[in-house]
Formats: sequence, C-alpha cells, structure tokens
Amino acid sequence: MLSETGASPKRARPRLTVAGLHKRFLLHGQGGVEIDVMRDLSLTLQAGECLVLAGRSGIGKSTLLKMLYGDYRIDQGRIRLHFDDGDLDLETLPTYAWHGLRRDVIGYVSQFLRVVPRVAAVDVVMEPLLARGADEADSRQRAETLLARLNLPERLWQLPPGTFSGGEQQRVNIARGFIGEHPLLLLDEPTASLDAANRDVVIALIGEAKARGTAMLGIFHDEDVRERVADRLLPLDGSLGGLSNASQPCRESLS
Amino acid sequence: MKKPVLERPVLLDVQGITRLYGPAKGCEAIDFQLHAGEVLGIVGESGSGKSTLLRVLAGLEAPDAGQVLYRRQADDAGGEDAELDLYAIGEARRRALLRLEWGLVHQNPRDGLRMGVSAGANIGERLMAQGQRHYGQLRASGQAWMRQVELDPGRIDDAPRTFSGGMQQRLQIARTLVTRPRLVFMDEPTGGLDVSVQARLLDMLRTLVRQLGLSVVLVTHDLAVARLLAHRLLVMRRGQVVETGLTDQILDDPQHEYTQLLVSSVLTP
Repeated sequence: MLSETGASPKRARPRLTVAGLHKRFLLHGQGGVEIDVMRDLSLTLQAGECLVLAGRSGIGKSTLLKMLYGDYRIDQGRIRLHFDDGDLDLETLPTYAWHGLRRDVIGYVSQFLRVVPRVAAVDVVMEPLLARGADEADSRQRAETLLARLNLPERLWQLPPGTFSGGEQQRVNIARGFIGEHPLLLLDEPTASLDAANRDVVIALIGEAKARGTAMLGIFHDEDVRERVADRLLPLDGSLGGLSNASQPCRESLS
Repeated sequence: MKKPVLERPVLLDVQGITRLYGPAKGCEAIDFQLHAGEVLGIVGESGSGKSTLLRVLAGLEAPDAGQVLYRRQADDAGGEDAELDLYAIGEARRRALLRLEWGLVHQNPRDGLRMGVSAGANIGERLMAQGQRHYGQLRASGQAWMRQVELDPGRIDDAPRTFSGGMQQRLQIARTLVTRPRLVFMDEPTGGLDVSVQARLLDMLRTLVRQLGLSVVLVTHDLAVARLLAHRLLVMRRGQVVETGLTDQILDDPQHEYTQLLVSSVLTP
C-alpha cells in the first residue's frame, strides 16, 4: 500500500492517489524497441499542498504529469481523484469525459506554450474561463490582472504570443494555467525561463493556490524555488528511468 | 469539493457502418459514439475512407451495412426525445433533418454555396427553409452572421463568386450555422486555403464551437488542425479505424504502428 511517511500535517484528506503506475513506450518504427519510463510509482497528494518531483533529467517527471493530464495513456496502475461525494478513477475514464475533467478539475502549466496563430495573449489566458461559460468582461479583467502581476508589458496583451521571448511566453502560459483555479494543478517547470522578480510572482501564486486548497504536483529545477514551494519532495530515482532495474516501489519521503 | 458532472448524452451512435467501392476502398465496420458538445476528428491520409464515412454519417450516401442513429434530445427549440435511424426514416424526413437540425460544411465552398445568388440570400435560405419569411429579420440575421464570421456586412448583396476563397469558406460556415444546427459535419474545412487564411478560420471555428456549444464531426488530414479543434480522434487507414483516443493521446502517445508513422511524419517548422 501507499506509504504515509510524508503525510502533510495540514489536512489528512487526499485529493489524489496514484498506485502502482507503470509506463512503457513501444516504438514500432524503431524495430519494436520498448522503453520503460516508469515502474510501480505510488504517491498521495493532499488538498493545499505542493509535492515536488525530484530526480535527474529524463527520469520521467514530465511523463507522470502527462499521464495525470491524459496526454499519455495509463497502461498499468491506478490514478484516483477523491471528492467529497466519491472517487473518480482516471485509468477507466471514458475518453469523452476528459474534456470536462480538464476544464473543471485538472489544470496544467506545460513547459512550453502551444501558440495558436492570431490569438492574442490576453485571449489565450482567459480561454479556460470562457470554456466554463464565464462572463467575457470579467474573464478579460482577471486575465489582465494576472498578466500585469506577471509583469507582461501591456503593449503585448493584444498581440499573439508567437513572436514573444521564451520568458514572455512562459508568463502567458502561467497566467493561463492559474486563472482557472483548478483544484488539482500540474506544474512543469513554470519558472524555468523567468527572472528573479517573476519567479517571486510565481511563488506567490503557488502560495495563494495552496491557501485555496489547490493540490499541486510540480517539477522545479531551481533549488531555491523548490525549497520555497515544496511541502514534500518525491524522489523518482528508484523506480523510474529506462535503464533502471530497481524493483523497489518508490516511497515518498520528507525533504 | 463535489465530483464533476462528466456524463454527456450520446448524440450520434454509429454502428457497424460499411460502405465499400472495392477492396479496402471506402470504410468498413465503423463503430463510435459522438457525445453532445464534443468535437470528434477523423484523421487519415487520402484514400483512408474518412470522406466516405463522413458522407454516410451526414446522410448523403446510404451504407452497405450498419446504422447511423441520431438521438435527438428535447431542448429549448422544442421537439421531443427520439431516436432516428438515419437510413430507415425515409428520404423526406432525412432531408428535413439535414435542413433543420444538422449542418454540413464542404471542403470546397462552391459545393455548399449557391454561387449565383447574394451572400445574404445564401445565409437567409436555410432560415427560410425553417419557415422564416420576414424580409427584414432575414436580412438582419444575414448581416449579423456576416459580422460573426468577419465578413463586411456591406457586401450582403454581392454574389459569393466575387469573394476570395477564404471569404467564401466563412460565408459557407455562416450559411450552415445560422440555423443553429445541433450537429455539424465538416469535411476539411480549411483544406483549400492559404496558410494565413487557414489560421484565421481555425480561430473563428474554435470560438464558434465554444460559443454555440456545437457538436462536430470533423474530417481532416491535417494533424495540426485536429490538435486545435478536436477533443477526440479516430485514426483511419484503408477503410478501418486503427486507433481512437483523446487528441493529445493520439498525437503524443500513439499506440498503433500506423499512427506512430503518421504522427512522426509531420514536419514541424
């Protein structure tokens, strides 16, 4: 069963339980080579806490986030969301249901912004609210507030982010990820290309999300950021990585 | 926090559809369900049978075998719950269904528009088929829809043949959506257009799908278009569905040998 050694002192109620997760890629074009990127991964995540995935690059941290977001299929193992009125198992969720789940429950700040031609930065940010049928003027207001907080110059708001710098695109992406206030938020290196001032803004946003009860699972390479946001660290080295032969299940531990 | 409501009623139930012109030409034994509010993409190379399948689904061509069941829900527009078997209800009812409740956007706008009559008449025609007769209202709807698809309402009296390809396609979309169809079929809607025009149309389609809550079956060979518009994909090859899944799963974690080849063959500039 799951290790509870790292249970958060704040709230005992888990929002997410992952048990015995495996991931293997089979590449037909490469002569059918099989790559194991995850073995027997288990974790629990409480409401209002930020669990940070640790381990060397290429070990499958992003893979885990992508499985939780439905980008990658769940071949083996269980991902379960807990609600007041029952649980929801993602490995058996019908495909058509993912769209609503992403709209209302699981948010994701990807490493890179997927740029849609012709769509202005502010429209990219407010889209998650509009998808829920929110009022357009209110949504725009909230989007602008977030972009201002993230120090994106106002003259860029009405421009499509395709020509923005990496850091500017990342801030648009962060605003888009946080605006929806999803109860479960996945963060894939949100601070990677930011300067110190903007890193501080993201750390503050994460703090506010915690206070709202958001459960967060994140990847942060910057050690300073990691220390400031992580309630716990989950080292992935034992059970992840294509070359690893470890059969020990990964255990959560306190940082 | 409460569990989210994720259930969606099935709008279209496709069972064992086969329409073959020759061995592996056409489509064979296709099953899927479209849920209300979903955008389902059908992707594959030319000759994979995706356009044949769309013609069968859209009521234009009877299948050799199988059923297309339309589960109509009673809503504000009236009517009552019913299940209609598309090719069992008879020609007249089928045509009425296509005219009143469904919409079809052709790849070539010339196939969906009447080129000889004005833009306004093209938009108004579908409304008139629904029984609207008031000239002023028809004209007002025409102008409103031209604005919605970013056409100059001042050109309401111009014939579509004086429009560019991109403008014709937007007019066809206005003509299709003006009747608020519950189900829309799109066959390569950005197919024949320049890339810059394509981007504009894609953005417009995304917005319309969201604002009108459309349920869409979209055929495209362009995986980038599929990524932007579709929630879910069917991958077709030689008349058969080889893989289905969430759009991101098909494009980021393809399972079938053919899907892996298809996805890895796309050039990313």
